[in-house]
Order: sequence, then C-alpha cells, then structure tokens
Amino acid sequence: MDERVIQILVEAFPRLMSAAFKTMVPLTILGFSLAMVISLVVALVQVAHLPVFKQLARFYIWIFRGTPLLVQLFVVFYGLPRVGILIDAFPAAVLVFALNEGAYAAETMRAAIESVSEGQIEAGYCVGLNYVQIMWHIVLPQAMRTAFPSLSNALISMVKDTSLASVITVQEIMMTAQRINATYYEPLLLYMEAGFVYLIFSTVLTWLQSVGEKYLNKYRGGNRT
Amino acid sequence: MMLEIHDIHKKFGDLEVLRGLDISVDKGDVVAVLGPSGSGKTTLLRCINFLETADSGRLIFDGEEFQLGHISKKDVARLRKKTAFVFQSYNLFLNKTALQNVTTGLTVGRKMEKNQANEIGKRMLDKVGLSDRYDYYPYQLSGGQQQRVAIARALATDPEIIFFDEPTSALDPELIGEVLSVMRDLANEGMTMLVVTHEMSFAQDVSKKVIFMEGGRIVEQGESKEFFAHPRMERTREFLKL
Repeated sequence: MDERVIQILVEAFPRLMSAAFKTMVPLTILGFSLAMVISLVVALVQVAHLPVFKQLARFYIWIFRGTPLLVQLFVVFYGLPRVGILIDAFPAAVLVFALNEGAYAAETMRAAIESVSEGQIEAGYCVGLNYVQIMWHIVLPQAMRTAFPSLSNALISMVKDTSLASVITVQEIMMTAQRINATYYEPLLLYMEAGFVYLIFSTVLTWLQSVGEKYLNKYRGGNRT
Repeated sequence: MMLEIHDIHKKFGDLEVLRGLDISVDKGDVVAVLGPSGSGKTTLLRCINFLETADSGRLIFDGEEFQLGHISKKDVARLRKKTAFVFQSYNLFLNKTALQNVTTGLTVGRKMEKNQANEIGKRMLDKVGLSDRYDYYPYQLSGGQQQRVAIARALATDPEIIFFDEPTSALDPELIGEVLSVMRDLANEGMTMLVVTHEMSFAQDVSKKVIFMEGGRIVEQGESKEFFAHPRMERTREFLKL
C-alpha cells in the first residue's frame, strides 16, 4: 500500500468518525428510544385486549413490517411534501426508523410479555395488586429480560441501517465515504473503512449486551431449574 | 360464620366441575378439602378467590353477601385484600428477592412505607424459618423454601383467611415436612385456613373440619376426628383406605 493511500485513509477516519457521532449516533439513539416507547404501547394494548386499539396496533405492524425501510424513507421524505407535509431529512429519518423498528420490537415485546407465566399474574392479584401494578412490577421486568437479546440485535441492526438514511440526504457515514471517494477514488479501501467504523460501534454494543444480560440474569442465575 | 359459600356451580364447556355445594368456615377454623383428582377441589378454591369465575352461587364474607357469577371488579379487589392464596407451584415473583416477594403486596398493593413493609416482611420470613434468606431470589431456593416464602407473603398482608391449593403437592417428599410444620404453627396461632390437600396426616392432625369432595359435590363433611374415626359414607371409607 503506497503512502498516498495510507494518507487518504488516515485523513478519512476522523471525518467518518465525526459523521458517526454527529449523525449515526443521535439518529440511532433517538430512533431506537422512540421505537421502544412505541413498541411498548403497541404490545400492551394487544396484551390487554383493548378493542379498536388492538386492531390499530395490528394494522400499524402490518404496514411497517410489510414494506421495505427504504420505501418508507422515500415516502416520508420525497412523497409527503406532495401533500404539504415537509419534514427535514434528519427528523424524517428518526421518524421512519422509530416507526419501522417499533413495529418489529412490538412483536418481540408482545411475545416476551406473553411468555411470563399466568401464575405470576395470579399471584399478583392475590397479594392485592391491580392489573397495571402487576404489569409494571412483575410482568414487564421479567419480559424485558426475555426480550433483551432480541432488542439488542435490533439496536445493532439499526446502527447499520442508518446507512440507508444517506438516500434521503442525511450526511451519515456512508455519504461521507462516498464524498471522500468522489475526490480520491479509492472505493475498495474507503468503503471498507466505512464498514470498519460501523464495526467499531456494533462491537461496543455487543459488549454492552453481554454486560446487560449479566445484570439481568441476577434473578435467573444463568441457568433455570 | 366468616366465610360461607352457597350452591356454587361451575362448568368448563360441557364439563360440570362444581355441582352446587355449600361450605362454611368459621373464624379460626382449619378446614381441609380432600378428594380424588378431578373432584373439583382446586376449582372450588379458585372460584372463591375469583381466579376463576363461578357460573353461579353466593359468597358471604364477614356478613356481606356477593353473587359469585357476577361480582364487580371493585368488590373482587376489596375481598382479595382480606384474603391470601398459597399456590401448588408457589408462584413467587421470579424477579424479586424473598423479602421483596413478601413486601410487594404491602408497598405496591397497599402503599405502605418501605421501611415498615421491610420490617413486617422480615418478621414473616423469620416466622417461616427463613431469616437467612431475605435476599435470595426464588431460583436460589429449594421448593420447600419457596413455598415457605409464599406462606410468608400470604401472611404479610394480615389476611382474615388463607387459601392453600395443594401446597405440598409439587414438593419432594423430604421437603413436605418443613412446609406442613409452618402450616401447623399457623393453625395453632388461630389462623383461619381453607386447605385443599392430599396430606391425610395433616388433615387428620391439624384440621378441625374436613370436607370430602367427589365429582363436584360434597360426599361427606364433618369434624375432623369424627370424619376419620367414623366415616359415614361407603365412598369415604373406600377413599380413606387408599
């Protein structure tokens, strides 16, 4: 590898990292946090069998799980202005990521909540708790432990999916790499470097996942009897 | 009478599980409900505490009358705060320590101060012989210990009556004794208990009254001593021989 190429890669790295911290990180944090709120609400209205809300929840999941993320980004950013709804690129990306991931995570949460045994709920009633208290103090903490690995996966997926936001002009890692490449034309190494930046973040998250699982395992001791 | 049930009926689909039975429990009574599998004992207990909804029947609790078939959620919640339930499979809250299991009904269900609840919780765990297990999670406890935590949890809310649903059936034989001994202590202290059980010796030694059920009906009931010494019905004699 000649000196020029090394020079390009070294200069590109801080630009890629800065794109990561300025765009990918906030986009992931906002998108995923919102997705968690959405999915919790959507899962709970289904588990509680709230009429109308339950149907709305199924409809929402059907739409956002059944269409590609890329199409959703295009519809919101390029399509909605046609009906007078203009959203800037970054908030549009946050919205789409939140709604898309919310639909998937809602199913994860619903399954996790339903996996908590009926006996836990009955015991809750018998010690004088109401439905909301049982959900909050008994069922959700146990469901979160079950859902945690799947949700961690989803978070890591979202980190990588933020690269799609480049198609609606969000200046994230991928777009930054494309721009640098337009100047120097080193596609193989520059795109590999971009991939490496994603890898740094997913590695950190994978490590955080194992720390989190260890913490949540405190009441399960790793192996259930 | 503290608790009376009149003419309770319950069907699961076409299967008639409870076919109109009457029971009554006095304050301080220990009543054992015996019967072969499928006789409706557990369903009876679950209907009394509204874990299942009976089709019809009347419940009189402390002189107040309720229709078992259609009772308001508010009344159910109010009644449940005066009763406690011990399950066959313990059903300890898996995400909570022994002490938290005992105090949750107080801190969350009754909005008691945490310190006060902990004090009561520790006292109850001491009482069932688990003073060295406050901070253990259910998975770290044996079946017998878990069931004793469950009994401490039932006691914590100072119930007027405790329902036991086959409390020793899920336990290894060598662990049954420790649970029965705790229950015996409670009986001696005058706790009112309605106990569905397979433990003949417990029914014989501890309970004051015995109800023998089969096919959703009461075959025979009476004072414990009399019941075991001179069963009146042929079916009871046959059952007791087993």
